[in-house]
Amino acid sequence: MIVYIAQRLLAGLGTLLGVSIIVFILVRALPGDAAVMMTGAGGGVVSEQELQQVRAKLGLDQPWVIQFADWSERIAVLDLGTSLRTGNAVSADIERRLPYTMEIVVLSMVIAIGLGIPSGVFSAWFAGGAVDRVLQTVSMIGLAAPSFWIGLLLILGLVVLFGWSAPLFWEPFWVSPLKSLSQLIWPSLSVGLRQTALISRMTRAIMLEVLDEDYIRTARAKGVPEFGVVFRHGLKNGMLPVVTLIGFEIAALFGGLIITETIFSVPGLGQYVVSSILNRDYPAIQGVVLLLAGIVVVGNLSVDLLYGVLDPRTRRGRAVA
Amino acid sequence: MKWPRLASAARRQPLGAIGATVMLIMALGALLAPVISPFDPTAGAPDALYEAPGPIYWLGTDAFGRDILSRLLYGGRVSLLVGLGASIAGVSIGAACGIVAGYAGGIIDSISERIMDALLAFPMLLLALALATALGPSLSNVIVALAMPIVPRAARIARASTLVLKTTAFIEAARATGCSDLRIILRHILPNAFAPLLVIATAYLGLAIVQEAALDYLGAGIQEPQPSWGLMMSGSATSLALVAPWIVIFPGIAICLAVLASNLLGDAIRDLLDPKLKSNFV
Repeated sequence: MIVYIAQRLLAGLGTLLGVSIIVFILVRALPGDAAVMMTGAGGGVVSEQELQQVRAKLGLDQPWVIQFADWSERIAVLDLGTSLRTGNAVSADIERRLPYTMEIVVLSMVIAIGLGIPSGVFSAWFAGGAVDRVLQTVSMIGLAAPSFWIGLLLILGLVVLFGWSAPLFWEPFWVSPLKSLSQLIWPSLSVGLRQTALISRMTRAIMLEVLDEDYIRTARAKGVPEFGVVFRHGLKNGMLPVVTLIGFEIAALFGGLIITETIFSVPGLGQYVVSSILNRDYPAIQGVVLLLAGIVVVGNLSVDLLYGVLDPRTRRGRAVA
Repeated sequence: MKWPRLASAARRQPLGAIGATVMLIMALGALLAPVISPFDPTAGAPDALYEAPGPIYWLGTDAFGRDILSRLLYGGRVSLLVGLGASIAGVSIGAACGIVAGYAGGIIDSISERIMDALLAFPMLLLALALATALGPSLSNVIVALAMPIVPRAARIARASTLVLKTTAFIEAARATGCSDLRIILRHILPNAFAPLLVIATAYLGLAIVQEAALDYLGAGIQEPQPSWGLMMSGSATSLALVAPWIVIFPGIAICLAVLASNLLGDAIRDLLDPKLKSNFV
C-alpha cells in the first residue's frame, strides 16, 4: 500500500510540473503585451523606453527558461505574484474568492448526490416502469441542457416571479451563513442539475448490474425485506464507481463554474479567471489556472487512493491515474 | 451501411433513429439557411426591436430587430461545423497519439502519458477559453481550441484498447508474417479500436457544441454580428427577462436539441457496435 501511495504521489507531482509548463507556455502565447496593458498605452503616449523599463521590472525581458525558473521558485513558496489588474497579491485575491466557489461546489454536490443517488436507485429498482421512464427522460434532457442556459433560465424565472436582481454584495458564508446560502443556491442549482443527471444515470446503470448478482438473490431468499435488499446489499456494493465519478465530477465542477459564476456575477474564482484571461493579467491567470489544475490533480489522486482503500483488489496494477 | 441494414438498425434503436433524424433536420436547416431564412440574419429592422414571437417574426426579434429564427438557422452552421470539426479533429489526433504511445510503449509511452495527464488536469472549458483567447477569435481557431481538451481523453481510450490488442494472437501473427509496424497499426489495431473512438466522437460532438456556445457567450469565440447560438444568448438575462425572454430561451432550446440528438445517436451507435461498452462518460 505504501509503494502504491508513493507511486501515485510521484505521478501526481509529475503531472503538476507538466501542468505548470503548459500554463506558462499558454500564458506567454496570449496575444497582447502585459507591459502595454499596465502602462495603459495603446494611444501611443508611452515611449518604447518606458515600456522596456516596465518589462524589465516584470522580468519579461529575460529568456523564457529563466522566467519559468523564477516563477516556479516563487510558486514553491506560494508567492503567486501581483495581479496586474487589481494590484493585489494574486494569493490574496484567490483567498477572498475561493470561499464563494467552494460554497457553490459543496452546495451543488449536495444537491447532486441528494437527488441523483436516490433517483438512480429508484430507477433501477423499478426499471422499465413509469417512474423509471420519467426519470430517464428528465436526466437525458438534464445532460443535454448546457448549465449556463439553465442558469439563464433560472434568472429569467426569478426575475419574472420574484423581481430578483443579482445581489450587489455577496455575503460570505461565515458572516451570515443563511443569507449566503440563499444567495448562492441559484448558481449551485444551475451547475448541480447536470451533475444530478449524471450521477442518477450512473447509479442506475450500476444498480441494474448489482441487483442481478447472486448475493442479492441470496439476500432475497433469506427473507431480507426488499428495501433492505436494494439499499443495504445493493447500494453498498454499487457505491464504488459512483464515488469515483463524484470525485472526478467535483474536480470538473471547478471548470463548469467559470461560466456560471460569470452569469450570476458571483465574485468567485471562475469569474476571476475569465476576467483575467480577457484582460491578459498574466500572474493572475497563472495563479488561478495552476490552482484549479492542482485541485483536479489532487482530486484525482484522492479518488485513486480512496479507491485503493475501498477496494483492495485495485491496489495493484492500476497503471492509469 | 446498406439501406436494409440501416433500417433494421433504426428499428432496434428507435431513440437513436430519432436522434439521427433531428441531427439531419438541423444540418439541413443550417445548410439551406440562405434559402429558407425568412430574413437577413445580420440586418436589423429598427422598427421591430424586441418584437415578440408572432406571425411575422416566428421566434421574435432581438435588441437590434434581427429575426431570431433566421439567426438560429445561420447560427446552426457555426455550432454544427465547430462541433463536428472539434470532435473529429480532437478524437483523430488523440487516437493517433494514444495508439502510437500504447504500441511503442517504453519511454515514448511514459512521456505521452505525462503530457496527457497534464492536459487532463485542465477543466475543459478553461483550456478551451485560454486557447481561444491565445489564438484569437476565428472559426478555425475555435475548432482548434475545442479540439485540444478532447485530445487527451481520446488518447487515453485509444491507448487502453491498443494495450489490450497488442497482446492478442492475431497481432502476434501479423508480426510473425512480417507486417511492418505501420501496417499493424493501420490495418489491425485501428479497425479494432475504432468502435469506442466513434462512440466518444459522438459524445464529444454534443459537448463541443455546448462549449462552443459557452466560448461565444464569454466573448472568446465567434464575434458579432455573425450569428451563433452562444452569442445570441449573451447580454444581461436580468434585464431581458421582462423585455424579451425569447432571446435567451430559443438558442438554448436549439443547443439542447442538438446535444440531445447527438447523445441519443451516440448511445445507439455504442449499443449497436458493442453492447458491452458502458456509458460512463459524458
